[in-house]
Amino acid sequence: MAKLYAKLSEDRKIYAPVEASDKKVNYQYNPDFKDVTFDHLQSTLSVKNVVFPKVENLFYFTNSKTESSVTDIDLDKIPEVVLWGAHPCDTAAYDVLRSIFCWDIKDEFFAKRLEKLTVVGLACSTSDAYCFCTSVGISPDAVKGSDILLLKLENGDYKVSIITEKGKAILEQSPDLFESYNNEAEIVATVKQRFDYKQVTEHLKDSFENPFWVNNSLRCVGCGACAYVCPTCACFDIQDEAQGSYGRRYRSWDSCGFGLFTLHTSGHNPREVQSQRWRQRVMHKFSYMPERNESLGCVGCGRCSRACPVDMNIAEQLEVLQSI
Amino acid sequence: MHNLILKAKELLENKIVSVIIGFETGSSGKVRPVFITDSNKADSLIFDERCIQNLAVYLTKKEVKQFGKMGIVATLPIMRSIMVLISEQQLSPENVVVLGISGDGEVLDFADITVMQHYIEKCELGNPAKEQDMLATLNRLNMQEKFEFWQKEFSKCIKCYACRQSCPMCYCTRCAVECNQPQWIPVQSNNLGNMEWHILRAMHLAGRCISCGECGRACPVGIPCHLLTMHLVDQAQSYFGVYAGISDKMSSVLSTYAPNDKESFII
Ligand code: SF4
Ligand code: SF4
Ligand code: SF4
Ligand code: SF4
Ligand code: SF4
Repeated sequence: MAKLYAKLSEDRKIYAPVEASDKKVNYQYNPDFKDVTFDHLQSTLSVKNVVFPKVENLFYFTNSKTESSVTDIDLDKIPEVVLWGAHPCDTAAYDVLRSIFCWDIKDEFFAKRLEKLTVVGLACSTSDAYCFCTSVGISPDAVKGSDILLLKLENGDYKVSIITEKGKAILEQSPDLFESYNNEAEIVATVKQRFDYKQVTEHLKDSFENPFWVNNSLRCVGCGACAYVCPTCACFDIQDEAQGSYGRRYRSWDSCGFGLFTLHTSGHNPREVQSQRWRQRVMHKFSYMPERNESLGCVGCGRCSRACPVDMNIAEQLEVLQSI
Repeated sequence: MHNLILKAKELLENKIVSVIIGFETGSSGKVRPVFITDSNKADSLIFDERCIQNLAVYLTKKEVKQFGKMGIVATLPIMRSIMVLISEQQLSPENVVVLGISGDGEVLDFADITVMQHYIEKCELGNPAKEQDMLATLNRLNMQEKFEFWQKEFSKCIKCYACRQSCPMCYCTRCAVECNQPQWIPVQSNNLGNMEWHILRAMHLAGRCISCGECGRACPVGIPCHLLTMHLVDQAQSYFGVYAGISDKMSSVLSTYAPNDKESFII
């Protein structure tokens, strides 16, 4: 494994999970192999920032009395990256993001980053009460979004499945690092299915005015934690920042949970209170996206519920919504 | 717990309050805030050592205020937050009934805010022991080391503002970070933007923070941002000799001037 890791990082940046001293796991660029974790449950932040960084420069500009000009970002400078050890919910989330960023107009920043990305997935050997991938059509050993998938075996080895052409290229690059699979037993987490997402989508169709939203969101404080840790949340803000006559335009993560998210210039806010914002979050993922993007907007990673300071547990609420 | 439920039921049944803000056990076993409007549902109220969230944050939320008069299960930090909110004209004393909880978990009956004030005055008001230790460790570092410590911590910040949203004293409907004409601090979450955000937040809470620690607990990435405001609690105490949230009439130390104020911190 160490050899494969070394081989992959020879000519590319590698983005792998590391456990910090406070026990929180997060992905870092080019960590030492000895620090990379294989048994982590979930990283605090998702891996969406490889393709949708928290800040993305869109262009630079100069604007003085005598001239104005715009300089594009050189997309070819976006580096090749190997994402190492991402769990199936996170890899599946790239498809969800693609359905948003490449829906009608292809977002060239996102598309380029995705093109330059190779994903070494890692099937889950553990899960917790917040995981609900199996309720949204994913499983702890799903291959979606991975180029190759590693799956832990009882003897401590990893079974490797080659999924895509990019994955095949890895195998062909260093065939001597792989040996044939001897049918050793696999260790895959079990995640209980908690609801039927098709039923949730169906029931949401006429639940817009349901008192459920107010009753179940009074405790939400309206932060951006759930959206920022979420692997599929894609909302962003666009800002200009200049020093003197030179500046740049960038986009940065935004969240529908914030009070000012939909505030109009007129002063009117169509989502005035938190219950409307919470409804938007659930509706967007489980009703609007299946309808318009033909994809659910949630991969069941459970991060939002682990991160929420007031225990807004999305799976718990979806269980109720399924039969509302 | 029994007394708490009885008291809550009494307040709701006699229509003294329209809602009780308290704690319940969530489906996953975590403790979380609950809003009870029907006395039949008051049995879900709990209080134990896990109930540490600062519920005062809800006293200024539109959807909660809509109910009418609010009853709130209040530990000492919540009582002190209520004092700050009243003194800053964010909460009217007529609009709140406090179901106090003593340090030993006993339900306290406060006839009014003045009685609560007498109770607060008798309590230990400094930072909690754990944070005192952490601050003492930090304060032993030199300037450079402290800067490095915070830079490393802030590099993790994603500007989700959970710290702000969970603090009762960050009640502004438009926070300074959301002003863009002029833009006081960079919107983006980068080293400069994160550092400026934390300096701004700390300064706005200087002398107003009541040491509940909620901001740090709320942070999804584990930044101990409560240590910044708690450090300022110590500073406000040493320069001006006051703690926030001990009376409904005091104004915050940084927005008032007294001729005998120490000015040694002015460079
Ligand atoms: S909504 Fe929550 S559970 Fe679903 S993908 Fe986002 S963070 Fe994960
Ligand atoms: S659901 Fe939780 S994490 Fe999301 S905005 Fe509300 S309080 Fe914040
Ligand atoms: S809660 Fe944490 S990550 Fe979010 S803005 Fe505050 S310090 Fe930053
Ligand atoms: S940081 Fe300052 S401006 Fe922002 S909400 Fe808190 S007190 Fe208000
Ligand atoms: S500890 Fe944090 S949340 Fe509590 S009052 Fe101080 S700044 Fe606000």
